[in-house]
Amino acid sequence: MVIERRWKKWVYFYIPLTVFVVGTLFPFYWMFITAIRPDAELYRSWRAVNNAPFWTLSPTLDHVRDLLAKTNFPSWIWNTFFIAMVSTLISLFCGLLGGYALARLKFPMAGMLGTSIFVTYLVPPTLLFIPLADIIRSFRLGDTPWALILTYPTFLIPFCTWLLMGYFKTIPKELEECARIDGATRFGAMIRIIFPIAVPGILSAGIFAFTLSWNEFIYALVFLSSPEKKTVPVGVVSELIRGDIYFWGQLMAGALLGSIPVALVYSFFVEYYVTGLTGSVKG
Amino acid sequence: MAQVLMKDLNKKYDEVHAVKDVNLHIRDKEFIVLVGPSGCGKTTTLRMLAGLEEITAGEIHIGERLVNDLPPKDRDIAMVFQNYALYPHMTVYDNMAFGLKMRKFPKAEIEKRVRDAAQLLGILELLKRKPRQLSGGQRQRVAVGRAIVRHPQVFLFDEPLSNLDAKLRVQMRVELKKLHDRLETTAVYVTHDQVEAMTLGDRVVVMKDGWIQQVGEPLELYAHPANKFVAGFIGSPSMNFADVTINDVGGTVTAETQGLRLQVSPAKAAALRPYKGQTVSFGVRPEDVHIATGADPAHYTFDATVEVVEPLGSEILLDVKAGAVTIVARVDPTVRVKVHEPVRLAVNGDRLHFFDIKTEHTV
Repeated sequence: MVIERRWKKWVYFYIPLTVFVVGTLFPFYWMFITAIRPDAELYRSWRAVNNAPFWTLSPTLDHVRDLLAKTNFPSWIWNTFFIAMVSTLISLFCGLLGGYALARLKFPMAGMLGTSIFVTYLVPPTLLFIPLADIIRSFRLGDTPWALILTYPTFLIPFCTWLLMGYFKTIPKELEECARIDGATRFGAMIRIIFPIAVPGILSAGIFAFTLSWNEFIYALVFLSSPEKKTVPVGVVSELIRGDIYFWGQLMAGALLGSIPVALVYSFFVEYYVTGLTGSVKG
Repeated sequence: MAQVLMKDLNKKYDEVHAVKDVNLHIRDKEFIVLVGPSGCGKTTTLRMLAGLEEITAGEIHIGERLVNDLPPKDRDIAMVFQNYALYPHMTVYDNMAFGLKMRKFPKAEIEKRVRDAAQLLGILELLKRKPRQLSGGQRQRVAVGRAIVRHPQVFLFDEPLSNLDAKLRVQMRVELKKLHDRLETTAVYVTHDQVEAMTLGDRVVVMKDGWIQQVGEPLELYAHPANKFVAGFIGSPSMNFADVTINDVGGTVTAETQGLRLQVSPAKAAALRPYKGQTVSFGVRPEDVHIATGADPAHYTFDATVEVVEPLGSEILLDVKAGAVTIVARVDPTVRVKVHEPVRLAVNGDRLHFFDIKTEHTV
């Protein structure tokens, strides 16, 4: 019986888990190995005698050095960070107020408003960038960070609002009723009681919004054109592929460096993030 | 300390009329309990008093002030919620001090009041803990403490004991009563538990379907219920009911149904005479039914068969069947009867209740 159980554990647990882990992590490994592989190894034939696609014996930091020194990568990182940060803050602020209102206040059409906010999130950016481009041009914001800072909230605010609304609904409303009896206004109760309790939800909304704007591609591609004003995802792809030549080493070094901040943010807040998504306050 | 006055109070939600024409005068320092089955409007009434629900129509006065349009924070009330509603991110001390801080009390005064209240409730050593580190009973005390530090004009309790286990509930019930005697503050207490209502209330308000059914002192409600609902709701085990026909034979009024024929006491006879030949609802409390002895007049006795015997130690509950009527009798623990045995029971003739079959009002 024990043997049968062990057999089952392998088939239903370890083997699928291994497949999943390898499938998830392999692209990162490939990115890493390509970033430290010398050019001579990168561009030799697959049929070469000494070809070893999965490892390298002469790792090098040349690509990283070139990326930082010879391209606009440092300013792309800064641009991406600045844009992601400001648009996340704007979206969080609006999402907090909107989410609270939808979760707690009674007003006509509240339900419909909530649904329609969600629907706007479902409209794909590939459709929206055409009218948005027109607006950006009319306001003469093209090729400035503000083009993105003001367009990212179009999908971040609905997202934050919905996530936070869900979180606020898990907080017992007696808490703020009690605060209001204790002497707080509704706004005071929101600031002093509800927001501190909602920190996990706010953090996960923030992390999500930050990641979404960090990785955003289409709007950044359309609204920014000067090489030094681009964000990492667009800069890496448009400046490191010249004509039909792919600078694989630098491309992957850029991708690697570009994903480090996001990975850091996630690993720091992972616990909050999980409670944020699963919700609920106890006691 | 203040009286509370509710005048023609109404609450309508979209389709539900939750509270209907409630008129209630709560005296200064009184402990009043709103009791009724769920959905009877008692909590809604309390929440309107707290300012958490808008008033559809009518007036609420606390002290001399009309509070209809005052926000909760300006009503000078404190409320204890069923789930305690302790702020999870604050320590016990901060929980209790929150209301005073919001009212900008000096720090020394806050400290003194919190310590006094904590001492009174025996939670001094818990002040630095967070709510999640407390047991249910301790949370309950903190919630009460948070209410009393404010020295409000009125305490509101919304089923504060229903999340506690049975033993703790009895203990806290006694403590709340002592606390009220000591603080002498007007209190409005909502519960669905008639035992809590009877033991805590100076007066009890029984509600059903948004209407006040009866307001009165506990024993008055018990002895003289205004209608069949109050009679059945107050008391445990609840009152026995049966439909009986009223007869008047040569001036002696009797109530009869299959298997039961009882004479109506002269005090009630006059009121029941107009119902001659009609059916009314008859009620008798379990403790007003006992095993018949020779001293009982024959016209208050009846024969029955024992169906269930429930020995409770201090008493025995007998479920008996008399004709088509099932009656619960509360008898002495010394009584020895067996299931299916015939038994002769007697009722306490002065304590029979009769209700109009249509209006359910007491006759």
